[in-house]
Amino acid sequence: MRLDLVPRGRRSALSAALSPALAFLAAVLVGGIAVALMGVSPAAAFTVYFVAPLSDLWSLQEIALKAAPLALIATGLAFCYRANLWNIGAEGQFVVGGLAGGMVAIATHGSEGATFWVLPAMLLTGTLAGLAYAMIPALLRVKLGVSEILTSLMLVYVAELLLDYMARGPLRDPAGYNFPQSVTFDDAARLPYLMEGDTLHAGVLVALAAVLLAAVVLGRSLFGFEMRLVGASPRAARFAGFGEARLTLMAFAISGGAAGLAGIVEVAGKIGQLQPTISPGYGFTAIIVAFLGRLSPVGILLAALVIAVTTIGGEAAQIDLRLPLDLTRAFQGLLLGLVLAADVFTRFKVRLVPGAAR
Amino acid sequence: MASEAGPLFGAYGIVKRFGAFTANDHIDLEIRAGEIHALLGENGAGKSTLMKILYGLLEPTEGVVTHRGETVRLGSPEAARRLGIGMVFQHFSLCENLTVAENIALVMERGLSRADLARRIAALGQTYGLHLEPDRPVWSLSAGERQRIEIVRCLLQDPKLVILDEPTSVLTPGEAELLFTVLERLRDEGRALLYISHRLDEVRRLCARATILRAGKVVGACDPRAESAASLAAMMVGEEVRGIAAAPGAPAGPERLRLDRLSLPAPRLHATALRDITLAIRGGEILGIAGIAGNGQAELFAALSGETTVPAGAVRIDGAPAGHLGINARRRLGAAFVPEERNGHAAAPGLSLSDNIVLSRHATAPLTRFGLVRRAAARAMAASVSTAFDVRKAGPDPAAGTLSGGNLQKFVVGREILAEPGLLVVDQPTWGVDAAAAARIRQALIDLAARGSAVLVISQDLDELFEIAGRIAVLHGGSLSPPVARAETSREAVGLLMGGAGTPSEAAHAA
Amino acid sequence: MSLDLVQMVLVTVLAAATPLIIAALGELVTERAGVLNLGVEGMMVCGAAIGFAAAVESGSTLVGALAGIGAGMALSALFGLLTVGLAANQVASGLALTILGLGLSGLVGAGYVGLKREPAPHLHLPVLSDLPGIGRLVFGQDGFVYAGIALALGVSWFLWRTRGGLILRAIGDDHTATHSLGLSVRGVRFLAVLFGGACAGLAGAYLSLAYTPFWAPAMTAGRGWIALALVVFASWRPARVVGGAILFGGATVLQLHAQASGIGLPGQLLSALPYLATILALVLLSLGRRRGGSQAPAALGRDFTPHR
Repeated sequence: MRLDLVPRGRRSALSAALSPALAFLAAVLVGGIAVALMGVSPAAAFTVYFVAPLSDLWSLQEIALKAAPLALIATGLAFCYRANLWNIGAEGQFVVGGLAGGMVAIATHGSEGATFWVLPAMLLTGTLAGLAYAMIPALLRVKLGVSEILTSLMLVYVAELLLDYMARGPLRDPAGYNFPQSVTFDDAARLPYLMEGDTLHAGVLVALAAVLLAAVVLGRSLFGFEMRLVGASPRAARFAGFGEARLTLMAFAISGGAAGLAGIVEVAGKIGQLQPTISPGYGFTAIIVAFLGRLSPVGILLAALVIAVTTIGGEAAQIDLRLPLDLTRAFQGLLLGLVLAADVFTRFKVRLVPGAAR
Repeated sequence: MASEAGPLFGAYGIVKRFGAFTANDHIDLEIRAGEIHALLGENGAGKSTLMKILYGLLEPTEGVVTHRGETVRLGSPEAARRLGIGMVFQHFSLCENLTVAENIALVMERGLSRADLARRIAALGQTYGLHLEPDRPVWSLSAGERQRIEIVRCLLQDPKLVILDEPTSVLTPGEAELLFTVLERLRDEGRALLYISHRLDEVRRLCARATILRAGKVVGACDPRAESAASLAAMMVGEEVRGIAAAPGAPAGPERLRLDRLSLPAPRLHATALRDITLAIRGGEILGIAGIAGNGQAELFAALSGETTVPAGAVRIDGAPAGHLGINARRRLGAAFVPEERNGHAAAPGLSLSDNIVLSRHATAPLTRFGLVRRAAARAMAASVSTAFDVRKAGPDPAAGTLSGGNLQKFVVGREILAEPGLLVVDQPTWGVDAAAAARIRQALIDLAARGSAVLVISQDLDELFEIAGRIAVLHGGSLSPPVARAETSREAVGLLMGGAGTPSEAAHAA
Repeated sequence: MSLDLVQMVLVTVLAAATPLIIAALGELVTERAGVLNLGVEGMMVCGAAIGFAAAVESGSTLVGALAGIGAGMALSALFGLLTVGLAANQVASGLALTILGLGLSGLVGAGYVGLKREPAPHLHLPVLSDLPGIGRLVFGQDGFVYAGIALALGVSWFLWRTRGGLILRAIGDDHTATHSLGLSVRGVRFLAVLFGGACAGLAGAYLSLAYTPFWAPAMTAGRGWIALALVVFASWRPARVVGGAILFGGATVLQLHAQASGIGLPGQLLSALPYLATILALVLLSLGRRRGGSQAPAALGRDFTPHR
């Protein structure tokens, strides 16, 4: 028995859009079985995970708040992944962005007078810090040919340890009863809230704007064309006069900047201070979102919402049904695997053929 | 040795389909022992597919293969090897980072010790004059030496049928002669040989029988020695190929390209260094650069196109130093380029035709505004290229990879010609292209020159160069011979230069 | 510095190096066949969780080790199906398996957090294990350490002295050529992937059964990624894997001792040492690269889609 892959002539847009949806259904099915094995009714689990989060205003806001950083980071990652540049370090770039922007807030804490420039300065600093941090694996790859997979990942651990050190040490609030956290930011250093309830903050708008901008750039601009070409046919990209080194650096810059921006948005919006950890793994979850959204900004937006729903649902399930959070994580990993498998089916016809395995 | 009564191997009613495409359409073929049988056909005629079926790499959709009259099933290359079928690939199936002995061991039976293998390789080398050093890594060997590994690997199985796929495509004339000696010896030992080629002179010299394929069908079987090259070609092509209208000697225009002692160290270990290449081309003329693959063509192209930069004065376009410029800067000076590989280099197969227009013309045509691509303009340009060059395609703007070789090549060449460049550099303009498309492309090149442009054609096809080029130079080992007018040279003279004879390096060697 | 102190340090270094050696050797075989498996971390942590659970339930370290191997193999089978069978993107697939593995390990291990059990038994030979200075180091280790060394020797022998190893290396060098010769490219690759998964699972089981004999969530702490870096750093040669693992293991131990001895550097900096050392090692490797042939298996990470 062996699996034969026969290339399909044309790939319909419908099947390309449908395959992630089918993968999602398959993942839900497997999840239902797993949940049943744990002694919980699959129907109840489905309701708690996917339906309940959509049913009240507060959780809808939470979904938006969770989806925003995911969409923002994943959009940046899409630039890299389309060019076959495997930036696995978005989590680290996120942390560095939050840290750097947070330091601006701490430095201007309690200052009098004109403070309207503080928030923009924080956002800018965070973005630039994430960008700079992403330049490390980018330069190592361009100048020395070092695999960006390993370097960007190692730097995640370094960034997390750096934040931990800063939050517990130099940046710790001296009046904070020895809690490992910084001063709470002034209002001037916080993103404004969008509605009653002090939950949904303007960071969501920032993320949305960035995603729309990315969609235009990637789909319609010459630069976006360069990115698509470099990943599809590197030799043709050179023939087109697109410098591979320049593109690599720009892709990492965009990706790192996006992650850094997401980091400071999270800190200035939701958290409001610096703590030893500021990310529930957004940088890694965003990788799933990027592939789930098939590396296109619109798809990423949808995928981010889906993942956000499952995350909120997972938190609720932990409380209501005593289902562990690890289940959500396993579900997300399974979903990514199924999306990748489904993608193969849109490009090839798969046949099981009797005969020797080759 | 007289051939046996019945055929040693036969293939009857072979059909092979890949989806909607029929590569082999009811093919019958009989191969006798003690005979070299030619399989003739243009690129795309179905020779490769049939050969892969005979070697067990593909299974036929219909039809049978027989051995001494009995039907056999060739489920894998190993099964074919057990039946005594051996194959020498055109594109060598060698692992570059393994040694000669390791590559050969891959197809030998288990339990063969290193020492035994080395002994057998040496013995074979003695018998047939095919000498190999077992412990050398393949990446350090020349094309001729690599082919030797393929042949030795095949002969160690003591094959009754040896299939050779375009064996001389990477050999110098001298190496080809050595190969023919080996093949004739194998034939005299009573083995059968299937010789796949489109080179008529070789076939007429070596083969007693020929089967001719065209578009997947057998269109003829004959004794090639009784036919002329012209009649064989007519059978292969199936039509009178439209003669090329060569332009009369156009008045020479201004100098468009000058290379001044262009030298370049080898960019990678297996690449060729360029040494002191000097030439000049004027508007209105076509200069042909002949040479066997692997002698610096790709490196020369990269230096010309700007994909590799060189000292500024080494390359001058319209008199301006251009060696240091990138490809788009050179395009803005009026140059255009067509690289050898259409799939993956000249065009991105996964992208649409209009995207592929943007690929090479974004710097020289109004295809962008404020950094955004003007899609409609790109589509219009793709349409005019397709119309002007008769590009057959499915739909108005399909992916480049869905076009056939000939049509994609027409598109890629047409895309550049439509820019009316002052200088066009093209590498292997008609490789792997059907005869009609090839004729179209060559005519387009001639017409472009007639309009006053300078055209540089790098080609392995001597017939092509003698057809369209006004002057011919030869690239060997990274050095270029002085260009000579076509009327003042001959195929033999050029062939000698291609093999390295008569070059300064050869003279130095002899001294 | 007494001999016994030196020995103790070496023992801890070897202990820290062992999971890296085992996991990296498995990945080395996988990559030599041309497949890049980024899921090592997920397979390792699953091996740790499932191995610990099995050992607690059965009371036997051996059963735990076998369960860890099985867990790693099962996950890597999924990976192999995706990448070798369906030719899906190897990087994304590896990440999917990592995340899946982390989630699964948390699910399985949830019931075993905080439990303690006897550490894996150590070898004890009558006279040899008590030799001063080298007794414990050479003759007094647990089974996993010896397995790691045996694995290094075995992989070396397999790759360069057997026909199977030759075929595997050839496939990793050029899958098109080997396919033309009729070799079973996907079959061999799948087996290589399974072997890599088994090793990752065993390495994880070592962590929860011998190194620190308990399970804690995500206890691999990035060792799977360091193992991946180790393969590159070792230029895909088993002997260098052992050497590199000892270096990395040494960095980890150094960092622990430095923290314990209260050197004025912040603990986080010392904790970051192994990761920084990894980056440094990769940079040094790139700087010292030679120019002939190819260091990495030439077909590494490339998709293979044959059809008949």
